[in-house]
Formats: sequence, structure tokens, C-alpha cells
Amino acid sequence: MGMYLLKTTAFAAGLALMAGSVAQADEGATLVINEELTIATTAKAPAHLENIDEITSGWIYRTKETQALQMDDFDNPAFVFVDIALDLWNEVDGTEGKSCASCHTDGPEEFAGLTATMPRIDKDGNLETLTEVVNRERVEKMGAKPWKYSKTNMASMTALIGLQSRGMPVNVAIDGAAAPFWERGKELYYTRVGQLDISCSNCHEDNYGVMIRADHLSQGQINGFPTYRLKNAKMNTTHGRFKGCMKNIRAVPYKEGGEEFKAIELYLASRGNGLTVETPSVRN
Amino acid sequence: MEFSRRETIALGLGAAALTFMPFRVEAAAEEVISAFTGGADVGEGGVTITAPEIAENGNTVPIGVAAPGAAAILIIATGNPVPNVATFNFGELAGAQSASTRIRLAGTQDIVAVAKMADGSFVRTSAAVKVTIGGCGG
Amino acid sequence: MASGVKPRVKTPKTVVAGEAFTIKTLISHKMESGQRKDKEGNKIPRSIINRFTCEINGKSVIDVTMEPAISTNPYFQFDAVTEEAGDVVFTWYDDDGSVYDTTKTVAIG
Repeated sequence: MGMYLLKTTAFAAGLALMAGSVAQADEGATLVINEELTIATTAKAPAHLENIDEITSGWIYRTKETQALQMDDFDNPAFVFVDIALDLWNEVDGTEGKSCASCHTDGPEEFAGLTATMPRIDKDGNLETLTEVVNRERVEKMGAKPWKYSKTNMASMTALIGLQSRGMPVNVAIDGAAAPFWERGKELYYTRVGQLDISCSNCHEDNYGVMIRADHLSQGQINGFPTYRLKNAKMNTTHGRFKGCMKNIRAVPYKEGGEEFKAIELYLASRGNGLTVETPSVRN
Repeated sequence: MEFSRRETIALGLGAAALTFMPFRVEAAAEEVISAFTGGADVGEGGVTITAPEIAENGNTVPIGVAAPGAAAILIIATGNPVPNVATFNFGELAGAQSASTRIRLAGTQDIVAVAKMADGSFVRTSAAVKVTIGGCGG
Repeated sequence: MASGVKPRVKTPKTVVAGEAFTIKTLISHKMESGQRKDKEGNKIPRSIINRFTCEINGKSVIDVTMEPAISTNPYFQFDAVTEEAGDVVFTWYDDDGSVYDTTKTVAIG
């Protein structure tokens, strides 16, 4: 446990040299969507966080132009994918001749609040992500093939479901049966990996708010996922983003949907307990 | 090939001059503008560009152009492999001679807007946009 | 026809005669620029929407010539004005010959 408390002085000093080169983000801005839904982009850190007092949404680290994209659902390109998901919702697939809508007759609205509590422990005591829930239903209820973990159809569907929780506080359970998974996620978060020998915490806990080259480091919160990224103009899942992070630090990424990323997802979600679900957000 | 000391210094100065020369519209961009204006004189003023000083990602840069009374506005990204971006032709039911869109910029460069006014004259303006090169996010 | 192309438009339901109102449009389209290369190093051919028009009752509001520098999922915002109620017709023209259109009705309020 003591290892991760060691501050990464040399790394921090290197980053600090780059700080202040481009002051472009509007960290004091308030996120109001469609002129009616106010999002809490800062909150008091949950009790389990030892090294941070205030948690912040990744939205505040973006430029005002990128921030603006998320302030109106028409301007937000993620809604192209929400529309795709609505079509998929009604599309019959698999041997049972069913669509999502066949069973969920109240529409995606039925899932209000779900994303705010994911990932969670399933009835067999395993950690399950929303993606796994969607695929389980596809296979067991529809007799359809599972979707690939981070493909556009799946990312769009989890964005549509996540949208139903937009505005609600993130509140994932970390105790009881979730505790061992959460501990595993925490351990991974503070473990240095890759050729650059960096842990999640080195960037997103020790150095958030600092520029790393031209990038503004965030706290690595996942309350806006799946998120539309300007970089690739599509929906990006948490596991897809983790993979990208690991490649950046020249580590061999864990498997999407694998136990490591699922545990990290739970731990990261819990670091955002108290922030507002922003899905689908817009990021760089 | 050998250079004398003096020649070497001269070469160095030439290179330095190139490096520090203010950014100018490149030849390909000028050709596009000439095609639009038919070679007519182009004045200043009367057309504006709204663009971020620093674009977070060159993939999606929000820009707006406005030229009250214009028939059309041409947008050029001078540093792109294909400088042409778009031409807005305003019809009789245009509520204003302005429009916004999202564009791709290959790197830090000048954006030029040329407006064709109702009387057939042309005006232009430009705006510099810095495009950041990301570490992890870009 | 390129796959997954879906137009979205936002217009007010009622407008004041002779007063400008704002229209927003967005169409899902990859806007393949013709500059990118695939994994084998071959150029991916250009495939974009090259023209967008908006008309009210057959009269032009805006007619846009588009190049590959327009971002994925092309977005436009502009103002229109009309004296009478009617149909606002939006049309996008694809390089591959496909034409996508959608219509909204505006009333005078």
C-alpha cells in the first residue's frame, strides 16, 4: 500500500516544465445542457479517496469550443450515435425474433439510473459491466450474437442507456461483494506499467490540470462515457480509452472486457461517486 | 560541393529569413481565390471569421463566417493539402449572410474568407488558428 | 449509398414573418477525405457529401459547396427568413450520386 503514496517527483517536475504553455481550458465554466440540465462538474471527493479533496469532470479541462459541443444535444455529435442506438433498439435480431423493444416496452427510459450504478455485482457474485448486461440479454433473450466490446453498435447502445441516467449522481457500490473487485481495481490504478513505467495515478491523480505536451491532463473520470472524441469522431468506451492510455505509456494493454479493465472501471467509477452522469459527453 | 565561410553564413541567413517570414497564403490557396474572384481586386473589411485561436483538435474546428450583404463567401484553409473548404451561396431567403460549420485543419495555419458582395466586388479577411499536437488526447 | 447516413435538422415550429430564424443541420457521414491511407499504404478514395442546400417553398436559403475539409458528420448553422408558412427542404448530395433529403414545416406565429 505504501508504494503508491510515494510521490513521483521526477515525473511531476518534467510535466511542470510544460505547465502554463497553453492556458486554453475554461476551468471555471458551468455545464448546463439544453439550457435546463445543470451538471455538477465538481464535487467533494468520496471518503475512500486519500489524496484528492475535490473531484472534477473531464469537461472542465477542455477548450470552450469543445465544452460548447456538449451544451446542446443538437450540437453534440454523440447524438448521431444515440440515434443509431434507437434504430438498433427497435431492430429484430437473433433466433427469437425479438428486438430490445419487444421486452422493454417502456423504451430505453426504463433504464434511468442504471448507468449511475455500473459496474455492479451480478446474481452469481461476479462483477458485470453494462456492456456485458447488453450482450447477456442479446444472447439469452434474443438468441442473437453478442456485439464486440467496443464496436460502434455497442458503444452507441450503452450511450443511449447511459443518457437515461444523465443528470443523476454517480453512485457505484464498492462494499460487500464488490469489495475484492474494487481492491483489485485500486491496486491496478496505482501499479506502474509499460516502458514509461507509469501508473494511472501518476497522470490523473498527481498531475491533473497540468499540460502534457499540448494535452490538458484530467482526473480520468469516466462519468461521461461512452464519450464522443474529436480525435476519431465516434463513440469511445471506457475499455477502449484504457487501452489507448496503456499504448501511450508503451504498455501491453489488458483485454477489453477482461477482469483487469472491469476492476479498473469499477474503481474509476467509484472515484467519481458524487459527480453527475454526463453520458454522452464530448472530449478531445 | 564546398562552401566558403561567407557562403555558409549567407545560406544560414537565407534559411533564417525563410523561417521567420510571416505566414503568407500559399500559391495553391491564391489560385483558388483567383478562380473565385476571376482575378478581380479584393478589398479588406466587411467580412469576418469567428474561429478559435487554439483548436484542441484539427479534426473538428468550429468556424463561422459573416459578410452582411454578400452573395457568397469562400473559405480557404491555406495550409491544408486541398485548400478549398467550402463556398456558402446565400439565397433570397437567407436571414443573414453568415454561417457556421466544423472543419478539418492539417496544422497551424491561416484561414481566409473571401466574400463576393451583391455589387460584384470582393473583400477578404484571414484568421490564424493554432492546432495543437496532442500527447495522449490528440 | 454510403452506410449509416442520417440527416438531422433543427428548425423552429413557428416563426415571425420577415424575421430571421436559426436553422441547424447535421448529417452522419464519414466524409472520407481522399488523403488517408489504409493499413497497406493504399490511398482510401475520397467519398464525401459535396453539396448541401436549404430551400423554403422552392426559394433558396443557402447553397453550400463542400470540400473534404468539412469535418465528419457535416454540421451547418445559418439563418433564414420567410414571409409565409411552408416547407423547409434540406438536401445533401453525395459523391456516389446518392441524394439525402428531409423536410420540416414552419408556421407563421
